[in-house]
Amino acid sequence: MGNSLTLTLPEVVLSLSSLALLMVAAYAGDRTSRVVSWLAIASLLVAALFIPGIIAPTGIGFDGLFVADNFAAFSKVLIYIAAAASLIAASGWFSRGGVFRAEYPILILLSSVGMGMMVSAGDLLTLYIGLELQSLSAYVLASFQRQDTRSAEAGLKYFVLGALASGILLYGVSLLYGFTGSTMLSEISVALGRDGVSTGELFGLVFVMAGIAFKVSAVPFHMWTPDVYEGAPTPVTAFFASAPKVAAMALLTRVAIEGMGPATFEWRQIVIFMALASTVLGGVAAIGQPNIKRLLAYSSINNVGFALIGLAAATREGVASVLFYMAVYVVMTLGSFFCVLRMRDAAGNPVESIASLSGLSRNRPGFAAALAIFMFSLAGIPPLFGFWPKFLVFNAAVQADLTWLAAVGIATSVIGAYYYLKIVKTMYFDEPAPAYEPSTDRLGGALIMAAALFVSPLGYFSIPLIDRAAQNAAGSLF
Amino acid sequence: MIPTFAFYLFATIVVASGVMTIASRNPVHSVLWLILAFFNSAGLMLIVGAEFIAMLLVIVYVGAVAVLFLFVVMMLDVDFAALRAGFARYLPFGTLLALVLLTEIVFAVAAWNASGVATAAKAAPVNQNVPNIEALGTVLYTRYLYIFEGAGLVLLVAMIGAIVLTHRTRRDVRPQNVSLQNQRRPKDAVRMVDQPVGEGVKL
Repeated sequence: MGNSLTLTLPEVVLSLSSLALLMVAAYAGDRTSRVVSWLAIASLLVAALFIPGIIAPTGIGFDGLFVADNFAAFSKVLIYIAAAASLIAASGWFSRGGVFRAEYPILILLSSVGMGMMVSAGDLLTLYIGLELQSLSAYVLASFQRQDTRSAEAGLKYFVLGALASGILLYGVSLLYGFTGSTMLSEISVALGRDGVSTGELFGLVFVMAGIAFKVSAVPFHMWTPDVYEGAPTPVTAFFASAPKVAAMALLTRVAIEGMGPATFEWRQIVIFMALASTVLGGVAAIGQPNIKRLLAYSSINNVGFALIGLAAATREGVASVLFYMAVYVVMTLGSFFCVLRMRDAAGNPVESIASLSGLSRNRPGFAAALAIFMFSLAGIPPLFGFWPKFLVFNAAVQADLTWLAAVGIATSVIGAYYYLKIVKTMYFDEPAPAYEPSTDRLGGALIMAAALFVSPLGYFSIPLIDRAAQNAAGSLF
Repeated sequence: MIPTFAFYLFATIVVASGVMTIASRNPVHSVLWLILAFFNSAGLMLIVGAEFIAMLLVIVYVGAVAVLFLFVVMMLDVDFAALRAGFARYLPFGTLLALVLLTEIVFAVAAWNASGVATAAKAAPVNQNVPNIEALGTVLYTRYLYIFEGAGLVLLVAMIGAIVLTHRTRRDVRPQNVSLQNQRRPKDAVRMVDQPVGEGVKL
């Protein structure tokens, strides 16, 4: 028991600090929001130090319910970074639109606990509890600006569809439990390998995959994404597009590889379909979008599709490429959203239309250059770092004899490139729209610059580091 | 002898109070009959040795659900006479559905008995020496401690969420401020006046 508790230290630290901060928020009120926010970032940092695999050794806790391996460590580091970034994004943004309420950092912390549970799940029960903890916090965060009808609508929509997805997932879990006799991923894998995949097990597998696919917003379970991303407050959208995506993707990978390894042939068909549908639909549907947040939502659907191509390979290289992809994706997406956060008209009201970006390069050359770097990188255009994870993913697919999948993936990435480039064209070649209000947020500017440097060709220097970590992480699943 | 007597007592009262829940004209009486039904079914559970379920019935159903019903019944302005008006009209249809349900239950039990599954395998093995509250607690707080605590966090988030989304500070009400009340001294509030005769009181 003692050892199990040491393994769960990151979650324990985050839970306890969220409880303590909740007390601060309850008694001192919204005046302390900024302090609470910074303390939350500090506790994410402390929790990151305690992740098994960073300093402490890895292991398995609570009789296999909790798995603290390198895979979980890699995902948790990404999740904590993304959560901290969305905390930094929030404090300036909310206080301009009214009150920055102290519950925001607390909900983000609790959501991070849930995401930690998700990526460390060695059992379908842990998986479900983690998923619910993360989702429930997310529903509240989506409608955090409850005076705003769009925000309230986003929260309601997310809640209803999320509950449906949880139901589908649980149905699959119950079928898997009934037909394999266990909820432990390791034992499910043994049962699937023993005498082939029975019809009941296949049904369970399909439902579990569908439930998790909703959380990564892969087509055809993506319908909620554009509406929720558009309606939710921008810092919350930045959070949704980064941390929970990593967590759900890691969860999908672990369940597919560790829990359903012997049924690879069966789930590979699902993953390939979702990958192709996501890349195509994410590319085509984004073209007509006038709203930058909706566009980034389709961009996230598109990117998830590419990551799924890596998962379809079902090899160690494939899993490593998924992790690498998510790492770079998080930086690119957070960078883009930090840029969106700075889009305010002269009166200081947030604007979200792509048309307002027209001619940005003449008023704000630095801003335009940063956004252009993120867009080029999201499109995967070679000198930028966004190209490398796409290359790794396709490479893994080719090595797993899925050359046709890689070829189709490359073709669809060209469709996607169209709308990313359209934004660059709007910024550099269109007649200037009214200028944005000059931003005073220095920290946000510094983060944008750091993210832009990371996805610029300079990012290639970090390949050995990330690659070693991703290979280690992937190794712990095989 | 005593268990048999207790069983028939509890069972009779459950059925009778169930009927009264539907039949009584006053909705508050209905809820009170319902509470009586819950208590007696808890007694039935105790007799079969499922003391955990008995406690749950009392704590959850009587303590929370029935009290909630009572609040709803008392606070909502529902015209129960109008709700009952169609009773005779819907009776044949309701009876039909009830009959279908009854037949299905009979069939299901018959199929279960005919399926040839060994009776011992139908129920989870029970350790007779350990009370079931203790057995549940042992599993919940050791093997599944992690998930149990996780579920606790989920409930906490639900609570925070409900408050965040619905609570608003109102400016038009004057809430009680206890520390302000305690700080108030007699010299702020009380004035000794030597009232002269024939003059009005100065307020």
